[in-house]
Amino acid sequence: MSVVVVIELQDGAIVPMSWEALVAGGTAADALGESLIAVALGSDLTAIEAQLSAKPVSEVVLLEHPLLERYTADGYVAALASAFAELKPKLALFPHTYQVRDFGPKLAARMGRAFVSDAVGLGVEDGRPVFVRQMFQGKFQADVTVEGEGTVFASIQSGSFRADVLVDGPASPLRRLDVALSADQIRTKPLERFRETAGAVDLSSAERIVSVGRGIKDPENLPLVEKLAAALGAEVAASRPICDNGWLPLERQVGSSGQTVAPKLYLALGISGAIQHVVGMKGSKTIVAVNKDASAPIFEIADYGIVGDLFEVAPALIEALERSS
Amino acid sequence: MDVVVCLKQVPARDAALRLSPAGNWIETFDASPEMNEPDAYALEEALRLKERHGGSVTAFSAGPPEAASVLREALAKGADAAVLIEGEGLEQADPLRTARLLAAGIRRKPFDLVLTGLQSDDAGFGQTGVVLAELLDVPHAAIVVEIAAEGDRLTVKQELEAGWFQKVEMTAPALLTIQSGINKVRYATLMGIKKARTKPLERIPAAELGVSVEPAQKIAKLYAPQKSKQTQMLTGSAKEQAEALVEKLRFEARVL
Ligand SMILES: Cc1cc2nc3c(=O)[nH]c(=O)nc-3n(C[C@H](O)[C@H](O)[C@H](O)COP(=O)(O)OP(=O)(O)OC[C@H]3O[C@@H](n4cnc5c(N)ncnc54)[C@H](O)[C@@H]3O)c2cc1C
Ligand SMILES: Nc1ncnc2c1ncn2[C@@H]1O[C@H](COP(=O)(O)O)[C@@H](O)[C@H]1O
Repeated sequence: MSVVVVIELQDGAIVPMSWEALVAGGTAADALGESLIAVALGSDLTAIEAQLSAKPVSEVVLLEHPLLERYTADGYVAALASAFAELKPKLALFPHTYQVRDFGPKLAARMGRAFVSDAVGLGVEDGRPVFVRQMFQGKFQADVTVEGEGTVFASIQSGSFRADVLVDGPASPLRRLDVALSADQIRTKPLERFRETAGAVDLSSAERIVSVGRGIKDPENLPLVEKLAAALGAEVAASRPICDNGWLPLERQVGSSGQTVAPKLYLALGISGAIQHVVGMKGSKTIVAVNKDASAPIFEIADYGIVGDLFEVAPALIEALERSS
Repeated sequence: MDVVVCLKQVPARDAALRLSPAGNWIETFDASPEMNEPDAYALEEALRLKERHGGSVTAFSAGPPEAASVLREALAKGADAAVLIEGEGLEQADPLRTARLLAAGIRRKPFDLVLTGLQSDDAGFGQTGVVLAELLDVPHAAIVVEIAAEGDRLTVKQELEAGWFQKVEMTAPALLTIQSGINKVRYATLMGIKKARTKPLERIPAAELGVSVEPAQKIAKLYAPQKSKQTQMLTGSAKEQAEALVEKLRFEARVL
């Protein structure tokens, strides 16, 4: 038996989050006393062979087929289900990417198994993996176990394991498994990937950011945020719902589907701190949170916290800044 | 186009939540339940597809008896029929079990399209729709932000990471999981609310669907998250908090 980590590729290159999943897999393999196998899928994987086999794994397994040239859920699930029938992994880990969201749970379901999505922690108790995941919008954390016999499936949230502990070593053995796949098994046709109007604002280089969330209630209140940003010499950014509503342009959205930022100062106004927002800003040097709910998850990552009404705190901040400048 | 939409009842986003005595779920009775946010967008999309292409909208939910209220809301907004797969504690079911229950209910009638939200606000599994597609044996796309239909040909726009998108084509019947923000959600009108009273809301006891009650994954324990940082909480009036913050940002963090 083994711990398998499925490596994701984009345009032939390995997606960095895969390395974090590999580190999680290595930790679990050690604790479980199992070997660690890295699995990759594609039409021709020769270009990444060396890069993968240099990693501290007992084996690299490659699944190659012309129909795996582009990602489709049907193709990936069919290929991985047959590989897993042979490898019989005890634990199968994936990076929690959009692609994995699209096919991971389907693969597990095909094998009649549960899929633990979006784990931020992984331990082993009594020889069984125990996952930590967020629930209720990050207000609570849960320890989760998988029941029954068979492979335990899970995806690992970005930033939960450090990829920089991976060091390259001697080449591990490499194996290609036969993939039986026919065109009629694949029911979706993916077209080109594209980006909409490339962001005119590049928040990633901003030194200070004032970010606004649903606590602002109404677009009419946005000038307050702009005024505070001006007083701080900061760019304005937002959580997703603000951009979804069209109150601010999409290019100002911070988070997993928006920009990743790491300013000196990130001031979050009326943002709850959902994981998809936090992954986009937790690298900021100093994080300030203003929220009326003392239990909002944003306070877990804040350096300075103000529990209060942003409609009182923001004007007071503007005043204090003007007075002290 | 006959569209099925899956709606989950969840605690309101700003509800103060408390742990249940068992320590593996929250006290649900004080959590002022509402329709899961992405599901409201999925419902709106279903109604628009019906307005554009004809057909019907049927809303499904699996949950305790009280979950009927999200179905009534759907009927008031324009859904034609609703089905509640009913059972105490179903809001806590793992996604494989929920998907099996929904699949058993949905399979009883032909459909062209199933829409779900991409993720529930409470459990946040982000997978019930994808698993449901596997069980119903139909193609799917997750995290959809646009749907175009021509006959049974569907072209959908999927959201990817960091501002990327991709279009994907498939043939109905299919399943799509809907991202928040795909449209502008309508309100129920008084007329709609009145009309809803005459529309069918079927209740099927979950036990009648022959789905295993064994959990596939289990919450051993629920707890308040550990802080990863030492947070300095600033107290006092808004003015005092603001002055203290400016002071700290200037002289302690040195970011001003
Ligand atoms: C696949 C996927 C991708 C996503 N991508 C992103 C992304 O890139 N970026 C992103 O931000 N989100 C993203 N999300 C959404 C994310 O899960 C959350 O729903 C979102 O971040 C919540 O935004 P919010 O904090 O503004 O709103 P809410 O969660 O509603 O929080 C509002 C907060 O404001 C506080 N508040 C209310 N009134 C006041 C007041 N007067 N004064 C002070 N505080 C107040 C409340 O206490 C609450 O904490 C994504 C979700 C999914 C599933
Ligand atoms: N009990 C339920 N009843 C109806 N639909 C559900 C239920 N649970 C999940 N769903 C649907 O599946 C989506 C994803 O939920 P989840 O996998 O829990 O994140 C939700 O947005 C709903 O559309």
